[in-house]
Amino acid sequence: MTTFAPASRRATGRRPLNWGRIATWAALILAIIVTLGPFLWMLRTALSNNHSLATHSGDLLPADFTWGGFARVLGLQSTAQAQAEGGSGASISFWQYLLNSVIVSTLITASQVFFSALAAYAFARLQWKGRNKVFALFLGTLLVPGIFTALPNFLLIKNMGLLNTYLGIALPTMLMTPFAVFFLRQFFLGMSREVEEAAMLDGAKHGRIFFQIVIPNAVGPLATLCLLTFIAAWNDYFWPLLVGNAPAVRVLTVGLGVFKSQSPQGAPDWSGLMAATLISALPILLLFIAFGKKIVNSIGFSGIK
Amino acid sequence: MTTTSVGPRKPTRPSADSGGSQRIVRRRGRGDLRVALIFVAPALVGFVLFYLVPTIRGIYLSFTDYSILGNPVWVGVKNYVKIFQDKLFWNSMGVTLEYVLLNIVVQTVVALGLALLMYHVAKSTVIRGILLLPYLVANVIVALLWFWMLDYQIGIVNQMLQWLGIPKVAFFGNEFWAIPTIAFVNVWRHMGYTALLLFAGLQAIPGHLYEVANLDGASKWQTFWKITMPLLRPVLLLVLVVTVTGSFQIFDTVAVTTQGGPINASRVIQYYIYQRAFTQQDFGYGSALSVILFIILGVVAFLQMKFLRGNENDLA
Repeated sequence: MTTFAPASRRATGRRPLNWGRIATWAALILAIIVTLGPFLWMLRTALSNNHSLATHSGDLLPADFTWGGFARVLGLQSTAQAQAEGGSGASISFWQYLLNSVIVSTLITASQVFFSALAAYAFARLQWKGRNKVFALFLGTLLVPGIFTALPNFLLIKNMGLLNTYLGIALPTMLMTPFAVFFLRQFFLGMSREVEEAAMLDGAKHGRIFFQIVIPNAVGPLATLCLLTFIAAWNDYFWPLLVGNAPAVRVLTVGLGVFKSQSPQGAPDWSGLMAATLISALPILLLFIAFGKKIVNSIGFSGIK
Repeated sequence: MTTTSVGPRKPTRPSADSGGSQRIVRRRGRGDLRVALIFVAPALVGFVLFYLVPTIRGIYLSFTDYSILGNPVWVGVKNYVKIFQDKLFWNSMGVTLEYVLLNIVVQTVVALGLALLMYHVAKSTVIRGILLLPYLVANVIVALLWFWMLDYQIGIVNQMLQWLGIPKVAFFGNEFWAIPTIAFVNVWRHMGYTALLLFAGLQAIPGHLYEVANLDGASKWQTFWKITMPLLRPVLLLVLVVTVTGSFQIFDTVAVTTQGGPINASRVIQYYIYQRAFTQQDFGYGSALSVILFIILGVVAFLQMKFLRGNENDLA
């Protein structure tokens, strides 16, 4: 499909100086600046002395450069030092929240992808009565808004005594999401059956076929789903806020909200806050640098979400 | 569901689900029900516990008086009657609609522009990746970042306004600006994602159609309205459904920045549900509110399907 160059490109190729082309490039560059600028501003603020921000609000470079914002967030700065650099004195158990985010996101990702893969295999490869009806039911719940199930789910987690536990935060998405099952089923349907059939003729059972043939052949889509699931779990705010607001299990997103609301109205610790947001976004930024292409290519498909 | 795989890679092969295994099944003479149950059991438990039962329970709770502490008491349609007389509810609906409209219109137009730019100027994955970046970062982080940049006293945006000789704006603290500001922040976060979906749709349009139009002397404007837009309709519909459904459920940004204020200016419906259910412990009323939201989203999705004729593709 892409071998046909779009008509406009042909037309512009003949005229070297084309205002339309310059304008489109300018628009694209502007879009990139608008996208990346705020992240640079986040970094610039994080490296500034909080007291100096007010007087140097328009400087492009860090105002009175210091690592203090990061040190404050990570608990490496004494209270006196923090106050000297404009910290509010409000503390944030950043390491704890970071650990909580890692635990919860990893738990959700590993188990959701594994159990969804099992189910997707049953929907794609096994013959059983009611298969299509159950699958249709799974898909139907994609339309149910999250808040709608969040209220009863909160009650369930509360009744199970799992409020403020890792399991309580993870459980609703640990066993499946309709999207994950749908996503993997589509890939399994598209995979060649020949190897599986040969193995089956050799007397292999479905368990072996799943673990030794299907899984190794679906590493790509499984990795993509892991990425998408991890990012979604890491970024989630509403559910962890409902069931995991206690400091011991608080994840980063919830912790950042608390940090913000603790800072005084008049003079918030902006550099500390921006340092905290930057570190919170870091795992996602690293994933993005490592797997950006995979994520970009999967978006067209995952549009169903 | 036919419009789901709009990406350049199409993982579904329609013909794949035939032949092979059926032959084997016939050979063995029975289905795989027992094995299938083992494979599907964990997901099925998760589905029933956290999707199916909550959906039914949510509807049931909406007909009860329930303050979490006691037991739910059946009260019939009392909650719904109360909702219709609830000024805060109507206010939250108005605020939500304002947000949804602003968000969708601006986001779709900006994203379509970006998608066309990507398609005609730069197809590079790097540029697409950069534009996608804000979408990958948590709502909370995006909200805090813009809360800082739009700060009235020392935020960079107000600084820039001053350089241009425009008076400063209390973006989050002003009754008029609160919702447009929150809408803008979310357009910024989602524009790259939406543009990518539309870009994938553009790539699926056969190039020879443009060649023919070009030979016939069609202007770019005509080509856009006669070829691009009609053929993009299925993807555009998908984008609209995703955007509308998503923007009706705006919560994180409001919770982190304005918390519904100033006064009631940004108390969107999901934030109102949250407050009623969790701050005021009125679970029955909160459930009824979320049933209303559920119904609205269902109706919106249905109307979009109907009016945009999304499941029909003009190529077919």
